[in-house]
Amino acid sequence: MLPPGSASKVVVAGLLTVSGGIGGTVLYAKWDHKFRAAVEKNVPYSDWLLGLALGPAAQDPGLPIKKRVELAQPPSMIEKQAKKEGAEGPVKDSSPAPSQPAQSLEEASAEATHIISAIGEVPSVPAPCDTEAAAVKECNECHEHKEATAVHPAPTEPMKERPVEEVAARLAQQEQEEQDISASVSASLEDSLASSAKATLQAIGAQEAALQAIMQHTDKLKEAMEAEVLPEEKSNQWKDLEAALADRTTALNDARAALSKANESLDSLRSVIDESKGLKISSVRPLVLAAEENLHNMVVDLDKMVMKVQSAESEAKIVSQYSELVNEAKRQFQREVSSLTPEIQANWKGLTGKLSTDDLNALIAHAHRRIDQLNRELAEQKVREKIHIDAALEQQKLEDQKALDNAVNTALQHVKEDARLDQERKLAELREVMEAEMRTQLRRQAAAHTDHVQDVLKVQEHELKAEAEQVLSSKMLEQETRYRQLTQEQLDNFTLDMNTAYARLKGVEEAIDSHVVAEDEARKAHQLWLSVEALSYSLKTAEADVPTVPLENAAQAVRDSCRDNDFALALASALPEKSLQRGVYSEASLRARFNSLRSLARRVALIDESRNSLYQYFLSYLQAALLFEKSQEAPPSQLSSEDLDPFKLLSYASYCLEHGDLELAAKLVNQLRGEARRVVEDWLIEARLTLETRQVVNLLSAYANAVGLGTTQAP
Amino acid sequence: MFSMSEKELGKKWDRCLADGAIKLGTGLGLGIVFSVLFFKRHTWPISLGSGAGLGMAYANCQNNLRSHYMLHRGDKVGLSMEKID
Repeated sequence: MLPPGSASKVVVAGLLTVSGGIGGTVLYAKWDHKFRAAVEKNVPYSDWLLGLALGPAAQDPGLPIKKRVELAQPPSMIEKQAKKEGAEGPVKDSSPAPSQPAQSLEEASAEATHIISAIGEVPSVPAPCDTEAAAVKECNECHEHKEATAVHPAPTEPMKERPVEEVAARLAQQEQEEQDISASVSASLEDSLASSAKATLQAIGAQEAALQAIMQHTDKLKEAMEAEVLPEEKSNQWKDLEAALADRTTALNDARAALSKANESLDSLRSVIDESKGLKISSVRPLVLAAEENLHNMVVDLDKMVMKVQSAESEAKIVSQYSELVNEAKRQFQREVSSLTPEIQANWKGLTGKLSTDDLNALIAHAHRRIDQLNRELAEQKVREKIHIDAALEQQKLEDQKALDNAVNTALQHVKEDARLDQERKLAELREVMEAEMRTQLRRQAAAHTDHVQDVLKVQEHELKAEAEQVLSSKMLEQETRYRQLTQEQLDNFTLDMNTAYARLKGVEEAIDSHVVAEDEARKAHQLWLSVEALSYSLKTAEADVPTVPLENAAQAVRDSCRDNDFALALASALPEKSLQRGVYSEASLRARFNSLRSLARRVALIDESRNSLYQYFLSYLQAALLFEKSQEAPPSQLSSEDLDPFKLLSYASYCLEHGDLELAAKLVNQLRGEARRVVEDWLIEARLTLETRQVVNLLSAYANAVGLGTTQAP
Repeated sequence: MFSMSEKELGKKWDRCLADGAIKLGTGLGLGIVFSVLFFKRHTWPISLGSGAGLGMAYANCQNNLRSHYMLHRGDKVGLSMEKID
C-alpha cells in the first residue's frame, strides 16, 4: 500500500480539489444566475449554501440591459398567464417579494423558461382578448345595426309606383273634388257677388238718396235763409226744412247703414275671394278674377258715391253753419230787441202800428248802436280778414290736403287694383295660351301613344290568337282522347264479359274433359300398376344360382303402359341393360356366393399393387389361416380407419347380408382394396345390378301405387 | 356369361401348378439328360435343371399373379393435367 505519509497528501489533495470545486461553483453561480438556479434545482441544500455565500437571489441593479429587455416581455405574458390561468402565477409570485418593482431574476428566468417551454400557449393568450375585442366590436356593430334597423323599419319598405288605376282614380277624384270645389266656390262667389252687388247698389242708391236729400235740404236751407216770403210760407218753409232735415238724417242713416252693409258684403266677398284664391285651383281663377273686378268696380262706385256724399255733406255743413250763424244773429237780435222791448212779440214785422215812438227810437238807437257795433266788427273783421282768410285757407288747405290725400289714396288703390287685375288677366291669358300649347303637345303625345298602342294591340292580337288556337286544339285533342278512351273502355268491358262467359264455358268443357281424362288416367294407372306388379313378380323368379328371367318383357310391358308418363318412362328406361337382357340374381344367391367369396378374400387380404410376389401370397395365406375374426359383426354407424381392415369389413358385410341389407353389404365390400377387391369385383357388380333393379322396381311400384291412389275418386 | 372374378385366382393357381410341374419335370429331365450326357453323372445339372425349372415356374407364376398390376407396353395411360400450385 501507499506509505503513510502519502495518505495525508492524498487527503489534502482531495480536500483541496473539493473546496476548489465548491468555490468555483459558488463564484460561477454568483456570476451566472441560470447556473445558480440549475445548481439549486439539482443539488439539495445548495440553495442554502449559495444563499449563505451570495445572499438571496436578488435582482442586481447592475444587470445588463439585455436581461431587462428579456424580462420586460415575459412579465406581460406572465401577467396575462396569471390572469388566464391564475393558479401558477400567484403561487410563484407569492414566494419572492412581490413588492419589488420587478420580479427576481431567477423567478423571471424560471418563468421565462416556463413560458418559452409553453410557447404554444402564447398565441392563444392574446387571441381571447382579440376575440373579446372583436366580439365587443361586433356587439357594437350589432347594436348599431339593430338600432339602424329599428330606426328604419318603415323606409326600408321600397317605395312602389302607385298603380295606374290608383293614379287615375286619384286624378279622377281630384278632378271631381276640384269640380265640386269650383262649383261651390263659383256658387259662393256668385252668391256673395250678388249679395254685395245688391248691397252696393242699395248703398249707392241710399247714398244717392242721401245726396239728394242733402242737396234738397241745403237748397231748402238756402232758400229759407235768403228768400223773403210770407210768414206762413216761412213757417211752411221751416216745416219743409225740418222735414227735409229729417229726411236728410234718415237718408244719411240709411245711407250709412247701407254703406256698412255694403262694406260688410264687400268684405265677405273679399274674404271669399281670398279663400278661393287660397285653394289654388285653376278653373276657379277666371271666376275669381271676374269677382275681383266686380268687387273693384263696386268699391270704386261706392267710394265715388261716398265722396260725393261727403262733398255734399261738407257743403251742407257750410250752409248749415251759415244758417246757424244767421239764426244765431237773428236770435241775438231778437234777444236784444226783446230785451229792449220786452212786450214786443217775436214777429216784429207785423207790429208796425203798435210800436210807440220811444220804442221806435229805442229800437232805432239800438239799431244804430248795432249798426255801429257791426261796422266796428266789420272793420275788425276786415282787419282780421286776411288772418281769418289765411286761417280759413289754411284750414281749407288742410282739409283739401286731407281730401286730396284721401282721394289720392283711393285713386292709388284703385289704380293698384286695376293694375293687379290687369296683371291677373294677363296671367290668365298666358296660362290659357300655355294650356293650349300643352294640350297640343299632349295631343301629339296621345297620338303617338295611340299609334304605339295600336301596334302593340296588333301584336297582342296575334299572340292571343295563337294561344287561343293552341288551347282549342289541345282541348279538342283532350276530348278526342277521352272519347277514344271511353269507347275503348266499353270495348274492354264487353270483351271482358265475353271472356268470362267463354272462360266459364271452357271451364265447364274442361271439367267434363278432365273427367274423361281422369278416367283415362285411372285406367292407365291401373295398367301401369299391373305391369309394375308383373315386373316385381318377375323379380321373384330368381332361384338359387340362377338369375331371374330376363326382365325385358316385363319392362316392355311397363314401358307400354306408361307411354305418356315421363317419370315412369324414365324409370323404366333406367333399368340396367344387363338386368333386361340377362336378369338379376336374387339376394339369397348373392348371399351364398358371398360366403364362398369371403374365404378367398381373406386369403388374398395382403395382396395389392405393391405386395404381390409369391412370397406375399404365402404370407397372406398364412395370415388367413392364423387370423380369427367374428364371422358376423354389426357394423358401426361410422367407419373409422381401423375398420377398413378386410377381415373386419367381411364380417360386417356378412352380418349385413344375414340381416338382409344388401346395400350396406355392398358398400362395405366396396371398401376392400387390392387383390381382395379384384376378387369380389364381379360379386359387387352383380349386387349393384340387383340393387339397381330392385330400386327401380320399387320406385315404379310406389309411383304406380301413388298414381293409382291419386286417380281413385272418392265416393 | 356370368363372369366370376373369384374364380380367376383358382385358375391362376391351377396354371401355376401345372406350369410348375411341367417346368420342373422338364428341367429335371433335361438336367438328367445333361448330367448323363455331358457332365459325367454329376448331380449338379439335375439340381440346376430342376432349380431352373422351378425358378422359371416360380417366376412365371408370380408374373401371372402380378400381371393385373403391371403396365404393359401397349397400354395407353391417361394423363390428367392437374393444376400444380
